[in-house]
This record gives sequence, structure tokens and C-alpha cells, in this order.
Amino acid sequence: MVLEAKNISFRYGTDSRQILNDFSLKLTQEERVGLIAPSGFGKTTFCKILAGYERPDEGEVLLNGHLLSEYKGYCPVQMIWQHPEQVVNPRLPMREVLAEGDHLDQRIVEGLGIEPDWLNRYPAELSGGELQRFCIARALGERTRFILADEISTMLDLITQSQIWSFLVQEVENRGIGLLAVSHSTPLLQQVCTRVENLEKKARA
Amino acid sequence: MRRMNGRQRTVLAFGAALLFLALITIAGQVFAKEAMATDFSRKNLAPCAAYPFGTDWMGRDMFVRTLTGLSMSIRIGLLAAGVSALLALFLGIVSATMGRAVDSIVTWSIDLVMGIPHILLLILISYACGKGFKGVVIGVSLTHWTSLARLIRGEVLQLKEAPYIKVAGRLGLSPWQIARKHMVPHLFPQFLVGLILLFPHAILHEASITFLGFGLSPEQPAIGVILSESMQYLAMGKWWLALFPGLLLVLTVVLFDVAGESLRKLLDPGSAHV
Repeated sequence: MVLEAKNISFRYGTDSRQILNDFSLKLTQEERVGLIAPSGFGKTTFCKILAGYERPDEGEVLLNGHLLSEYKGYCPVQMIWQHPEQVVNPRLPMREVLAEGDHLDQRIVEGLGIEPDWLNRYPAELSGGELQRFCIARALGERTRFILADEISTMLDLITQSQIWSFLVQEVENRGIGLLAVSHSTPLLQQVCTRVENLEKKARA
Repeated sequence: MRRMNGRQRTVLAFGAALLFLALITIAGQVFAKEAMATDFSRKNLAPCAAYPFGTDWMGRDMFVRTLTGLSMSIRIGLLAAGVSALLALFLGIVSATMGRAVDSIVTWSIDLVMGIPHILLLILISYACGKGFKGVVIGVSLTHWTSLARLIRGEVLQLKEAPYIKVAGRLGLSPWQIARKHMVPHLFPQFLVGLILLFPHAILHEASITFLGFGLSPEQPAIGVILSESMQYLAMGKWWLALFPGLLLVLTVVLFDVAGESLRKLLDPGSAHV
């Protein structure tokens, strides 16, 4: 499968700044692409468009040549958000949060270091790093073909960062899932990715 | 005895308030016959051991009359508040989910109903519906849904934009599943607390329009009727005719408020600190 963003332009509302201007990116299932840019250059916005949360003003998102919006039900492109506490329902226990996603191998839950006891807790009873593991697990459902990781390790300590990234890289490599990793940190992206794109340079070019 | 923690005290307050209200309702039903009974050999008695609330100019026991009146008020309150809350839930959800045109109609009618003084609208509706039990219930139901509807509309609008709801959509959950799993757990406490906090309003408004003569008919032992009749006898020094029924009405309203606030604290602990 190929995920392709073609000539994407986007801005929030009609009188705000143009965030993305004629930006294109192609991602195959074998690739791990890093996306780097300073704050405010539309990294998160681009992920949202690519995962189908926002519609671009111009351009299109194609998955295997078909418009992403044509895929109904479980979206094969899953985004992992920067702030895990915003993307889990505070009133549901973590077991339910995981069950929302697609079928999940026990291997993934264990690989991410999720303790069985955490499943019975509510989001407020877990730390940010613990929550983020759940969000990563939820996004790695059986039918996922592409993962968009939007600064997923910003709030984690270095040991946890390396733990999570090495698991994620191994997992996407084994299952042939395409990965788009967004970060401020060039060394991290160089370590994790097969190639790195700079949104800032592309925006100016 | 060991000191109870805040949650246990709240549960206790909620239970006690509900128990007391249930007792009043049941007692009022049991004594319904006695409340109508006249006995001129005991008229105009001041409060004493046999008649704690005294008797009126027709020798009716004011204690049972007050209980029966309150029981009637509580039942009207339950019915009117229930209908009103369901109306609010329906309109609030419809307003937030059915698009801009429906939303403006609903918000416009909220503003309309809120803009007219409650009591005026209540009297008009009750009078147009032929007064009595039916008139009061319809009147109270049609005037009390606005603030809860606005609250629920706001809540649903906010929920619709919440990132975790959007994520659920991309994970392939249907709108129905999202509503059931993600929206109901947020709306239900708001709805329940709103419902209980509607009771005191409904009861007070029932009593006021009955007092003004646009509600229940004079032969029914209702709090409003008792209070308006006692007006004529207050000047003659029969203070107990208005004092005790009035106090008990205030107590009932306060208890409903206690029940509602305790329930809010239990269901939505975050609001306890506000």
C-alpha cells in the first residue's frame, strides 16, 4: 500500500495564516519517514489531514490510489497524538480504551510494557507516559497499515523513549506498516527513520 | 464513633433527604381522607400536643393537611420536572447534532421562554389549559426546560469536538456506538442532577400559581391553597395556619436541593471543588 499526499494546501478558517502550501509526500509500507520543522509549520495539521481528521482546502490524500475518505469504518491510517490525555475518554477504564481499537495481539500490550493492573484504572490514575503506551497500542490494531506518530515521545524520559521507539520500529518493520514520525529532534529521526523530510524547507521552496 | 469521610457524609445526606421526602409523600397519601375531614368542635386550636400544627376555622387538622398538600406538590414536581428534563435532553441533543437551522430554532425558543418572566408564562399556560392538576403540570413542564437544555446542548457541542470522540470515529466506531460509549457517560450525571434540581423550582412555582388562584382548585389540600386561605386569618392572630405549612415547604425545597447537590458531588467529583 502507498499513502500519498498530493499538493496539500490548508488553513484554519478563511482569515488565518496559510499553514500548508502545495505540500506533497509519498510514503510506502516499507518506509519510515521523519518529518521535521519548527513549531507552527503545520506538522500536526499535516498528520491530521493524512489521517482523515481534517479535509485539505486543496489537494488530496490517496491510499493505494483511492481517496482516503472513501475508506469507511476502521481507518488503515492511524495517528498517535502528542497529548495522550486528550485522546482517551476520562470516564472509561483503560480496558475499554484498548477495546475501542481493532483486534490487538497480547504481544503488543506486553511489548509496550503495559502492566495488567493498569487495564482496570481510569486515565486520571495513569501518568502521561503510561497513557501514551495505551494510545500507541490502540493505534497498532490488526488493520492498521500506516502509523503517523506526532511527537509521541516528547513528554517521556529518555529510557522510556528508547524503549517505546525500539518496540515501535521493530513492530512496524515486522508487520510492514509505514511510519511517519514527527519530531523536533533531528538525532531521534535519524536514528529511527529511513529518510527525513523537512517541512520548513519544502514550505519555502 | 469514627468520623465519616466526605463521601460517606454526602451519601448519608443524599439518603436522608430522599428518605424524608419519600416519607412525606407516603404519609400525605395515607392521611388524604383525614386532611379533608372537618370537625367544628375543635376549630381554631393553636398548636398543641394532639394537633402539632393546630387546626383551622373548619376544625381541620393542619398537620395532615400540610402533609397531604406537600405530597401533592412533590408528585406534581416529580411529573413536571421529569417531563421538563426529558424535553431538555431531547432538545439539547437535537440542537447540537441536527445542524445549524435546527440549532437556531431551539436556541431561539430557549431565549424566548427565558425572556418572559417564568411566573407570567406559567399563569398563561396553566390558565389556557384549564387550570387544575393538568394546567399546573403542563405549565411547569413547558417553562422549566430551558436552562437544562442549554447546558446539555453546550455539553454535546463540546463533546463532538473532543479529540477522543474524533479518534473513536477514525477507529471505526459508528455514531450510535460513540453516542452510547462516549456521550452518555458524560451527559447522564448532568441530566440526573439537572432533573433533581428542577424539583424545587417546580414545587415552588406550583405553590405560587396555586396561591395566586391560577393553579389547583380550592378544595384540594395543596400548599398553595393552604397558604392563600390562611392569609385571611393571619390578621386575626392565627399565625400557625401559615407558619408551619410555609416552613415545611421551605424544608422540602431545601431537601431536594441537598439531594441534588450531594448527587452532583458523588457523580461528578470534580465539581465538588468549584
